[in-house]
Amino acid sequence: MARALVNVPKAARQGEVVEIRAMIAHPMETGYRVGPNGINIPRDIIRRFACTYNGEEVFSADLFPAVSANPFIAFTLVATTSGTIDFTWTDDAGKTQTASAEITVG
Amino acid sequence: MRALWGLVGIIAAVVCSMAIAAGIEGSAKRSGFDFMTPETQALQADDMSNPGMLWVLQGEQLWQQSEGRADVACAGCHGDASQTMRGVATRYPAFDEATGRPIDLAGRINSCRGERQQAEPLTPESDALLALTAYVTHQSRGMPITPAIDARLAPFRDNGRRLFQSRIGQLDLSCASCHDDNWGKRLGGSVMPQAHPTGYPLYRLEWQTVGSLQRRLRNCMIGVRAEPFAFGAPELVDLELHLMERARGLRVETPAVRP
Ligand code: HEC
Ligand code: HEC
Repeated sequence: MARALVNVPKAARQGEVVEIRAMIAHPMETGYRVGPNGINIPRDIIRRFACTYNGEEVFSADLFPAVSANPFIAFTLVATTSGTIDFTWTDDAGKTQTASAEITVG
Repeated sequence: MRALWGLVGIIAAVVCSMAIAAGIEGSAKRSGFDFMTPETQALQADDMSNPGMLWVLQGEQLWQQSEGRADVACAGCHGDASQTMRGVATRYPAFDEATGRPIDLAGRINSCRGERQQAEPLTPESDALLALTAYVTHQSRGMPITPAIDARLAPFRDNGRRLFQSRIGQLDLSCASCHDDNWGKRLGGSVMPQAHPTGYPLYRLEWQTVGSLQRRLRNCMIGVRAEPFAFGAPELVDLELHLMERARGLRVETPAVRP
């Protein structure tokens, strides 16, 4: 169950620059913290975030241990055509979580 | 944070020399929100940036999910939470017939889980319990806190007030020393709020996650180097009762954000 909040405007004008925001619930455990048993808590972070617009990658980011828990990413896109914006977060184990939203461009 | 609490000792001397005020009345009552920086306020105010909304979202999903030997979801009995749970959080903790004691909202949710769904109880501070509690409380966002008028609660609320005013820990401070007598002043980098439980469960930047009111209370107890009550302890529920009475009229913010 992906716990993610994505914000994409429902409608935009052709050529308009729109802001996209995406946040996912994730501990972003650095691997440097010591647990109550004296053993390091294993690293567990989102390594990569990517956004596609009708299947084409339009934004991506590599994340590192210094990024806070529940990473929030905001960026802009040029609205070209109506369609689907997909978001993918990939963790250290290669597991992915996804979310998507529709945009209507008129 | 450790450094911050180191400063407590110095401040304790100042605090101890002050008389106990009579609590905070009417228009002087302020939510912790009012003491935050504009940036942190903005984070709370925008549902698309407020990380607490991730737990509300999870709670909404859990609300629909069948659980336990009864194989029934919260929604199976309670239907649409926006109708059936509206206003519920404003009057908790409430009196629980079964135990003859007050029960807080997380406790009530867990009792429904155990008795009605016949599922294993959720552990304190688990994401699932926080998420359900945040989701249910969120249905009261914007509504004023209106504790139930129930004579059976009175002795527990009185005990909560007594705990609030009792000096504890190596620093020998009461909750009131900071939150009634010195609110608005600084403790190291933090402004001391009035300790109103308007936003719980809430996202605390320091925790990097959502936590319950009980977690916050335990933090303050550890801060004065007192042994904190265990999660679920009756004393914590009594304190919650007193805090809700003290905050009467303030509006529910869940999920709030705090530094
Ligand atoms: C030494 C001063 C001090 C004492 C004693 C103290 N607190 Fe606090 N409390 C604080 C500070 C400072 C904060 C805010 C922390 C922050 O913003 O990082 C706080 C925060 C809180 C909050 C959160 C309010 C909000 O807006 O979410 C509550 C509730 C609270 N305290 C209750 C208590 C209770 C109950 C006790 C007694 C068991 C207590 N505190 C004892 C200093 C104190
Ligand atoms: C089999 C039916 C059933 C299921 C399933 C169930 N509940 Fe309940 N719930 C009840 C009943 C009946 C009451 C009223 C009990 C009472 O007043 O003592 C109640 C009371 C409550 C209350 C207190 C309402 C108030 O006005 O004080 C809350 C909150 C609550 N349930 C939340 C939940 C949540 C969250 C779940 C899922 C984890 C859940 N319930 C699952 C039957 C159910």
